[in-house]
Amino acid sequence: MVAAAGLHDSAVRHIMGTDRMGRLHTMIPDTTAGTIRLEDAGAIMGGQTVWRHVTGSFRPGSMTAIAGANGTGKSTLLRAILGEVPLAHGTVTRGGLGPRDFGYLPQARIIDRGFPISVTDMVLGGAWQQTGLFGRADRTVRLRAANALHRVNLDGQAQRMIAALSAGQFQRLLFARLLMTDARVIVLDEPFTALDAPTTQDLLELVCEWHTQGRTIIAVLHDIHQIRTCFPDVVLLHDGQATWGRTPDILTPVILQRAYGGTRDRWADMPS
Amino acid sequence: MSILSVLWDPFASFGFMRRALVASMTLGMGAGPVGVMLQLRRMSLIGDAMSHAILPGAAVGFLLAGGLSLTAMGLGGIVAGLGVALLAGLVSRRTQLAEDASFASFYLTSLALGVLIVSARGSNIDLLHVLFGTILGIDASALCLMGGITTLSIALLSIIWRPLVMECVDPGFMRMTGGRGGIYHMVFLFLVVINLVAGFEALGTLMSVGMMMVPAATARLWTRRLLPMMVLSAATGMAAGLIGLLVSYHYGLAAGPSIILTCSVLYILSLVVSPAGLRAGRHVHETS
Repeated sequence: MVAAAGLHDSAVRHIMGTDRMGRLHTMIPDTTAGTIRLEDAGAIMGGQTVWRHVTGSFRPGSMTAIAGANGTGKSTLLRAILGEVPLAHGTVTRGGLGPRDFGYLPQARIIDRGFPISVTDMVLGGAWQQTGLFGRADRTVRLRAANALHRVNLDGQAQRMIAALSAGQFQRLLFARLLMTDARVIVLDEPFTALDAPTTQDLLELVCEWHTQGRTIIAVLHDIHQIRTCFPDVVLLHDGQATWGRTPDILTPVILQRAYGGTRDRWADMPS
Repeated sequence: MSILSVLWDPFASFGFMRRALVASMTLGMGAGPVGVMLQLRRMSLIGDAMSHAILPGAAVGFLLAGGLSLTAMGLGGIVAGLGVALLAGLVSRRTQLAEDASFASFYLTSLALGVLIVSARGSNIDLLHVLFGTILGIDASALCLMGGITTLSIALLSIIWRPLVMECVDPGFMRMTGGRGGIYHMVFLFLVVINLVAGFEALGTLMSVGMMMVPAATARLWTRRLLPMMVLSAATGMAAGLIGLLVSYHYGLAAGPSIILTCSVLYILSLVVSPAGLRAGRHVHETS
């Protein structure tokens, strides 16, 4: 499983256009500041064990995908990392990271898109950690908001209401809001679900940009191809446990078949 | 009779009409914006439930004070309303029941309990007053209470505006990035309760929620921006207060129901003529 790692490494490096991968792949247990570590963690929801005995680290600057079939507890894992779900056993340590070091992208479907709020106000909401919940958004913050909208190609949409945006535009808006948080750790829950190819491409580039800036990225993803090409590390949830490691080692036809079912050929034929 | 005297005389001639006018305007100003927020949070039913939940508290106040005492009944109402809000929230977090289902159970219990308490000790007239209000019998101290509640309500709403809006649109983002959205939810429920208590003396427990909901629904048909929506909701409530009182005076109708029905007429008119109303067809469902 380990033999092919070097080859995949260079493939990943080629796509990312960066040489940071080698450092990120060091297998030394890391307890430094900024590392999120799960130690024999387990979660129970509604009396059912979701996953247990999960051990692993998200090092500063790492980029990890969380994958697995529906109902394997991917979102629960995210929420456990963020401290929103109490663990049934084990621990999660955050290396001194506070709640405000986290930027979070919820699944688009849980947001009330009918709410009468403008694009600008929504983006400014991302800066609440800087402006405070009651403080005024000064010129600097407003300028940053305009830049964030520009970065996600939402120029000229600032005054529209969020209800008037398309699904793709709305997801761009959520990414602009994430830009405003300037968080060290960015947690994405299904960021590319139901988006067209150009939007996915743009937003994926933004995620990679965050990665090269040294931010930690943790994302729930469904697209195995996407994970293979962009995410150096992966946590694959299946049968109540987690297989955690470097993407090329984990997303093999054998393990994928175990996690998702289907025939081994189907997974072997996948473009990687 | 000139138009001016139709509009002016009732208030110039009678003190109780002037007080009723000030009362209904104050209620409209306070309850309108809160109602908009309540609807946007998809909590219309919960507003309805809370108005019923106030009843047993008010009834206990009625018993302790030995009559229709605004202070005692108001305080009792606030305690009971908040109690039911907290309990229902707790039950829905601990069980599989949705919040509206647990609210519905609690408010039916409260309503029955309240009617039982009032009718055990008071007369039928008292019961009618508690249920439907006495807007023409408002005195200066009741006006002070209403004014205070409306002022507090508008002030608090503008202070918690940003976190409340953020918590409404996307509770997950706020919570996960270290914000304590739950607190603002509780402050908001408190605002709902005190506004219902303010309306309760004038319109009764059953109708005070009308001043909160119907103008808000009307305002939502006319604008898609939050601040104008709240201003319009307040203005609609205030206009309905004026028109309702005039209609009730000139045609000898009950004042409280006239005010709420005026709200309803404005709502139906808006449904017909507003851009987001019935003419817009299905589009309304997508944007509301």
